[in-house]
Amino acid sequence: MLGRPATTTQITHLQRLWLYVLVGLVLAFLIIPCLIVIPMSFSGSQYLEFPPRSWSLQWYQAYLGSPEWRAATFVSFRVALLTTLLATVLGTIAAYGIARVRGLLPAAARGVFMLPMLVPLILVAIGCFFVYARLGLNGTILGLVLAHTVLALPFVVIAVSSGLASYDMNQERVAQSLGASRPWAFLTVTLPQIKLSVMSGALFAFVTSFDEVVVALFISSGENATLTRLMFANIRDQIDPTVAAISSLLIGLSVLLLVGSQLLRRGGERR
Amino acid sequence: MRSKVAIQKISKAYGAFIALDDVSLDINPGEFLTLLGPSGSGKTTLLNVLAGFVRPDSGSVTVDGTEFLTLPPHRRNLGMVFQNYALFPHMSVRSNVGYPLRLRGVPKAELDRRAGEALDLVQMGHLADRGVHELSGGQRQRVALARAIVFEPSMLLMDEPLSALDKKLREHMQLELKRLHQRLGTTTVYVTHDQREALTLSDRIALINGGKVVQLGTPDEIYDRPRNKFVADFIGETRFLPVEPGASGPLLYGRALKTRDGAAGRNEKSWLVVRPERLRWRGGDDDGSNRIDAEATDVIYQGDSYLITVRLPDGAEIDLRRSPDMAGGRLPDRGEGIRLWLAPEHTILVTDHA
Repeated sequence: MLGRPATTTQITHLQRLWLYVLVGLVLAFLIIPCLIVIPMSFSGSQYLEFPPRSWSLQWYQAYLGSPEWRAATFVSFRVALLTTLLATVLGTIAAYGIARVRGLLPAAARGVFMLPMLVPLILVAIGCFFVYARLGLNGTILGLVLAHTVLALPFVVIAVSSGLASYDMNQERVAQSLGASRPWAFLTVTLPQIKLSVMSGALFAFVTSFDEVVVALFISSGENATLTRLMFANIRDQIDPTVAAISSLLIGLSVLLLVGSQLLRRGGERR
Repeated sequence: MRSKVAIQKISKAYGAFIALDDVSLDINPGEFLTLLGPSGSGKTTLLNVLAGFVRPDSGSVTVDGTEFLTLPPHRRNLGMVFQNYALFPHMSVRSNVGYPLRLRGVPKAELDRRAGEALDLVQMGHLADRGVHELSGGQRQRVALARAIVFEPSMLLMDEPLSALDKKLREHMQLELKRLHQRLGTTTVYVTHDQREALTLSDRIALINGGKVVQLGTPDEIYDRPRNKFVADFIGETRFLPVEPGASGPLLYGRALKTRDGAAGRNEKSWLVVRPERLRWRGGDDDGSNRIDAEATDVIYQGDSYLITVRLPDGAEIDLRRSPDMAGGRLPDRGEGIRLWLAPEHTILVTDHA
């Protein structure tokens, strides 16, 4: 019986074969660059090569043993965490305001919050560089955090807005009538119910900052150079497989974050 | 608690739309007052002014002498129940009811006791540990009610709390609400567009239209002494027949009308309020006053009663009921002309404007 059409009009798996092939190609196209990097990182050679002719862990040792790489990694984490904190708080407040206020203003505000996603990154970077030159923020953690927060805000606003779309604002009114001040009503009633959206917004913010390289190329330097910036410089100057080792670690981190967020979402839905 | 509320000259406009137009209303201590009106009449806006979610353009609201408009919602000590319950889905039933007590710093043991008592009062004590999503609509509304009364608020505000329930449950909950109000005596302001619900529950009804209180009165005043055509139309199943002013009194299709207050024919164009349950088959004076010529268009046996559809002189059809064992008088045949009689005490004339 298997595989036989129930009616003459039903499309069989065979007739849909081209769709499966197409999907397989798309998935492969997405995954292969990641998969190529991983074996390259275990190369025993001095250069990036695929497939590697010999195997070793030397590039992981090179990465972990280098004070320069470690410092850059620390900078990246610090910037990403601060960006996550700032962008999540600001983005959540913005999304809340957009959801709560009626009229044209919220629509306009939403448009402005989306701008960093639409404007070419290179323009943001150049803009930041010239403004920071006057303010003395180039090469500082604060400057990086502010620039990355701007880039991360759209993701937080989108994520939290989608959470608020299905949230009943009357609950907050009830909480207020029951004796909660408005901020307290938000913290005890609204926030617990949109926390998954806020968390996924925070995750996006973290990744946006951690992966960012264009703006970092312009405004981060010296002891405050980010990991991505250093990787970029490394590829340009010497091209050794250390970059592949770091990339592999970053892929691992991303997969962990993604799986973690999915598990969280599952748990949230089961409740 | 039994608070006295004075609403004075409240106005609120949204751009060109006037939601509340100089509304003044006193609510007596312990009273169950219903704001009744069609959608967009301003009744919910007025409730939100009391709750503090809408700031009026002008006017004053005092509760037991304290000006309310300058207080934020959370300092007004009001219990509020919404149409969609607005229970907190991330808390258990008990936590929902305990929420206002936690905000007031009530110790854990007392909190649990009082939340339990409030839940018992609405017969939900046995479901205290359930999650909100496990409850039916009626159960949710009970929990919402328990949450609104558990902290002994100065006033209870309800915004169409029963309209999401089916008819049978709604009628059952109306009786429960009425009993609960009789027991607690909390001053209650209730918003609804359902006139029967308003008649069932209220001590007094404020009928609101176009941002104004059209008539304020007890249910029987509103029903039996409507101030104008709008009130008579909104309450009950009402038809209107045109009445002409005559030399010696109002005339209905040329026939004299005796009214309850003996009103002489007004010069204004007025309408006779015709409600099916007030029409009589027989009786009346020999002079032929207060009679309405009608035609039976359908006679249907429904077990407990006969349903007789009658066409009035203006072409409108109304349904009359007649008990099968009603003494005297035979049932009309289809198409037979009949003469209905309206007792003078039920003969009400209204004009378009009060």
